[in-house]
Amino acid sequence: MAALKSQTIETKKGTRCRVLEGGSGAPVVFFHGAGGLLADNPFLDGLARRYHVFAPEWPGYGESAGDELLEDMLDFALHGWDLVDALGLRQPHLVGHSMGGMIAAEMACLAPRDLARLVLVGAAGLWLEEHPIPDIFAMLPQEIAEVLFVDPARGAALLTGGADLSDIEALKDFYVVTQRRLAMAGKILFPIPNRRLSRRLYRLTAETLVLWGASDRLIAPAYAAQWKALIPGARVQTIDGAGHMLPWEQPEAFVEAVTRFLA
Amino acid sequence: MKFTWFNLMPWPYLPDDFRETHRSVWVDIPSTLYDPRKGHHVYHTYLDQLEYAETLGFDGIGCNEHHQNGYGLMPSPNLIAATLARRTSRAAICVIGNSIAGYNPPIRVAEEFAMLDVMSGGRLVAGFPVGTSMDTNFCYGQIPALTRDKYREAHDMIMKAWASDEPFAFDGKYNQLRWVNCWPKPIQKPHPPIYIPGGGSIETWDFCLDHDYNYSYLSFFGYLRGKALLDGYWERVARRGKDDSPYRAAFAQIICVADTDAEAERLYAEHCLYFFNRCLHVFPPFADPPGYRTMATVKYGALSQLTRARQKILENLTWKQLVDERFVIAGSPETVRQQLEECIKGLRIGHLFCLFHNGDMPDWKTRHSSKLFAEKVMPHLRDLWPEWKHDERWWVHPMDERIRPEEQRPGAEKPRAEWPR
Repeated sequence: MAALKSQTIETKKGTRCRVLEGGSGAPVVFFHGAGGLLADNPFLDGLARRYHVFAPEWPGYGESAGDELLEDMLDFALHGWDLVDALGLRQPHLVGHSMGGMIAAEMACLAPRDLARLVLVGAAGLWLEEHPIPDIFAMLPQEIAEVLFVDPARGAALLTGGADLSDIEALKDFYVVTQRRLAMAGKILFPIPNRRLSRRLYRLTAETLVLWGASDRLIAPAYAAQWKALIPGARVQTIDGAGHMLPWEQPEAFVEAVTRFLA
Repeated sequence: MKFTWFNLMPWPYLPDDFRETHRSVWVDIPSTLYDPRKGHHVYHTYLDQLEYAETLGFDGIGCNEHHQNGYGLMPSPNLIAATLARRTSRAAICVIGNSIAGYNPPIRVAEEFAMLDVMSGGRLVAGFPVGTSMDTNFCYGQIPALTRDKYREAHDMIMKAWASDEPFAFDGKYNQLRWVNCWPKPIQKPHPPIYIPGGGSIETWDFCLDHDYNYSYLSFFGYLRGKALLDGYWERVARRGKDDSPYRAAFAQIICVADTDAEAERLYAEHCLYFFNRCLHVFPPFADPPGYRTMATVKYGALSQLTRARQKILENLTWKQLVDERFVIAGSPETVRQQLEECIKGLRIGHLFCLFHNGDMPDWKTRHSSKLFAEKVMPHLRDLWPEWKHDERWWVHPMDERIRPEEQRPGAEKPRAEWPR
């Protein structure tokens, strides 16, 4: 298995981001969601068997710094392209999960000819009145695992990386890390994760795959249909046995679906 | 010492099992629990009490801003203050305050506060809270991580609007106005005294000291728990090389006075327990959304008052705990005097926001407690800071020839009966 290595990339704007990198082949950039990358991300290893995979962490996540430099949707999307530039990539495939999907779609609207293909996985960014997305900023920790995973107990363990939260110091560390991440995510997701992307999606030219966990309790599968309706020619694929955290819940099915689409 | 009579204006009809059957008194409390016809009586009772407090000799009467909240019926404190401006003429009107990050555009606050200062003849104390996360983020939709930045910008616009004699353009990140021209202007120059209510954010201390504003710690958990925070503040004051006038700081305290300690329990216990058990029942995530507090504050460990740990304290609370831990200062005039002296000196505060109406307390008990305090406690606490006697930097400076429109004051004459059913 291709082991991912970690490096720090500085963008022109001055953010310093940790990027996991591995494999060879066509470049694929994976953008994580509001919860960040987890301690183990087996689907990245899976993708790295066929592609040259890059998985940057947003500022505010892990060791990545420069939180204060990004404040709104345009900042986040341009930061995405700044990273692509700093990594020296040309026309990479963009794969975005949840908030990462929202940013990837925005990037593709801004510079439609600068990417190869686009994969949106349980992507945030749209709002349907009949399917209000639960407020992740007003949840108890145990409630978060319940909306993110088909199997909340297993999910909770994934989220904490197996840390023992009965230990007060571990709990404090976990709390500080989580607060910092979601503070950052809140800039584009609070109070409603809709920054009017739907008005710009007409610009998309990249072929797009919309992937969804069949049991997503955070962003209901109805949103997949909405993405399809807004993006000309988009394909939708739903994967069973997965909730919102599809790439972690069904890594093999996820890698297979992405690989088949990117070919 | 300055004493301000403060009413949070709680809804007195929350059901007995509110805590068990609802997750929060704030943000998503069912609005069906509110009855506007009863609300009519509630507002007038509370407004009468504020007017009554002036006749008792309190220096100030106060109100604040909360939204979607079962213990704070003042989404617009300026409406409350406007009625008080017409019906009082001596007491400072302390609006603590307007959560300015949520006003669009913030010039509205400059205008309304100026109106209040003019109507009251220069009696306005202007509070600028960041606002609780319940109010500012969850009810008013401001992004937590940007709230403080937006707050600072709103503050800058308001202060510049009051200071400037010429129209100016304001090119802010959150507010752009081509023509800022505050009309009317406040009577008090250069501006009314500014109070910054803080929970436990350490940045707020520096903000107060940068501008020489009053820092008001609005806690419901008494001076024993407030001490660590105020100690931190005074350390900061010293490090910044500022004088240590106690008038730089204010503290809120629940107070219940009766003829004896036992009588205080008999009269007030159930109402204070109503307040702590029902009114402070807040769903913890509403109190602490990521980004609302800065990382510096999160790491400093100054936790919001309504976090999980606090909710734990509120379970199975008894009167004895409330009194022993000084969440409530209650008892005979002498007991209350002793404890308040300890509170005032221990925290080094020049302003006390006194909370006499608590939970579902009926009007007559509220007045009884307030009157005993005004007659038998307040006079003994007046001169605790003799060396700062003439420090008026954080108090109102009303004009001399004021209109006194409050001659007919039915509210001041006699208490109302129990809450109407």
